[in-house]
Amino acid sequence: MIRVVLPSHLRKLARVDGEVKVDVEGPVTQRSVLDALEARYPMLRGTIRDHVTHRRRPFVRFFACEQDLSHELPDAPLPDAVAIGAEPFLVVGAMAGG
Amino acid sequence: MAGVRVLVGTRKGAFVLRSDGRRERWDISGPHFGGWEIYHLKGSPAHPNRLYASQGTGWFGQLIQRSDDGGQTWEPVGNKFVYDGVTGTHQWYDGTPHPWEFARVWHLEPSPTDPDTVYAGVEDAALFRSTDGGQTWRELPGLRNHESAPSWQPGAGGMCLHTILLDPSDAERIFVAISSAGTFRTDDAGKTWRPINRGLRSEQMPNPTAEVGHCVHRIAMHRSRPGVLFMQKHWDVMRSDDAGASWQEVSGNLPSDFGFPIDVHAHEPDTIYVVPIKSDSEHYPPEGKLRVYRSRTGGQEWEALTKGLPQRDCYVNVLRDAMAVDSLDACGVYFGTTGGQVYASRDAGDSWAPIVRDLPAVLSVEVQTLP
Repeated sequence: MIRVVLPSHLRKLARVDGEVKVDVEGPVTQRSVLDALEARYPMLRGTIRDHVTHRRRPFVRFFACEQDLSHELPDAPLPDAVAIGAEPFLVVGAMAGG
Repeated sequence: MAGVRVLVGTRKGAFVLRSDGRRERWDISGPHFGGWEIYHLKGSPAHPNRLYASQGTGWFGQLIQRSDDGGQTWEPVGNKFVYDGVTGTHQWYDGTPHPWEFARVWHLEPSPTDPDTVYAGVEDAALFRSTDGGQTWRELPGLRNHESAPSWQPGAGGMCLHTILLDPSDAERIFVAISSAGTFRTDDAGKTWRPINRGLRSEQMPNPTAEVGHCVHRIAMHRSRPGVLFMQKHWDVMRSDDAGASWQEVSGNLPSDFGFPIDVHAHEPDTIYVVPIKSDSEHYPPEGKLRVYRSRTGGQEWEALTKGLPQRDCYVNVLRDAMAVDSLDACGVYFGTTGGQVYASRDAGDSWAPIVRDLPAVLSVEVQTLP
């Protein structure tokens, strides 16, 4: 079970409170976690990554275990602590503006 | 008793304002989608409780929301806007070719007859249509594939398709306007398009009378007379009596012919409204006086409507999609400002009062007249 923390706007859109838990089969990567997330909450499609290219939206960041994983490859394994559910995978709206 | 519902899109959410036919007391609900930009929301003429809203932010992109109960509850529907085929390029601000990139939906235009059919005007400029209540969207690519499209350039606000007029007498005819390419018409339901900008003169262009490249801010028609179009251009108020084949300037005695919205009285096809703005570099009303101007002659002769509007120290703007009319008798006229006020007139513009004063900057105003 993977724990995912969404930013406030996306929690409202998905109508969830607190963390979201998703099951991932196979390697736990950004791509597999986001695939599982979007399968369970289809309204999130297009809000975190592009519908077609699956590129991360520019003002969205991915954090876990106190690391910025935004620039990791989508198929790179996420930290073991995320894979075993000890730590959440954070989807963050980047700070922008003054 | 008949009622009115005013749909207001703002920089930080949507608001739904309701009143009975007297239009004296208003219930205000919102913000819906608080914190998101709501460029536009509009109801289906065929099923007035069916509303569509364009919701977005720079962080999380574009969403489309749909309501089937007049805006009390909403459901996200499809938000996948993918250009059809090869996207090609248009001109960028520096004159270089730039690939078409979807940014946002500026305007949603529901079909007059089918609540599940709705058109979306988007940035970068293109026209999309859904026939399943917004669940899926397909581009009508004939417009973006027009031979002039590689020369289109964005206006300051982006290269947006912001106006969609569906001809009520001819289901095959659609008018659209793009900043800053100009006005286009299809007579075959979107397969082919032609620019309809003859008569427009824009000194900001190297060839002021070129076929495309004009910064058209808004066009409007009266449903009883769809061959007559009115236009607020970047500068100049224009009129066409031949479905856009040719245009004549009707700015007349306006204090400034720069502005954004233009609309037509619900019952008088030659009564039109504009809000003059001082200039393209200042974007606020002349002399700090917020004045709607009304022409009862289809242009040229204009009268200032000031009663109830601030006549000093007012420096708001009124954006292109932020004016609408109801169809009660007398016709109600509504507009919203970048200062967050929504003003209403119950007497066709003779007098005004704010419905609400302190919303986020208003991006769009639409009005539904309910039975």
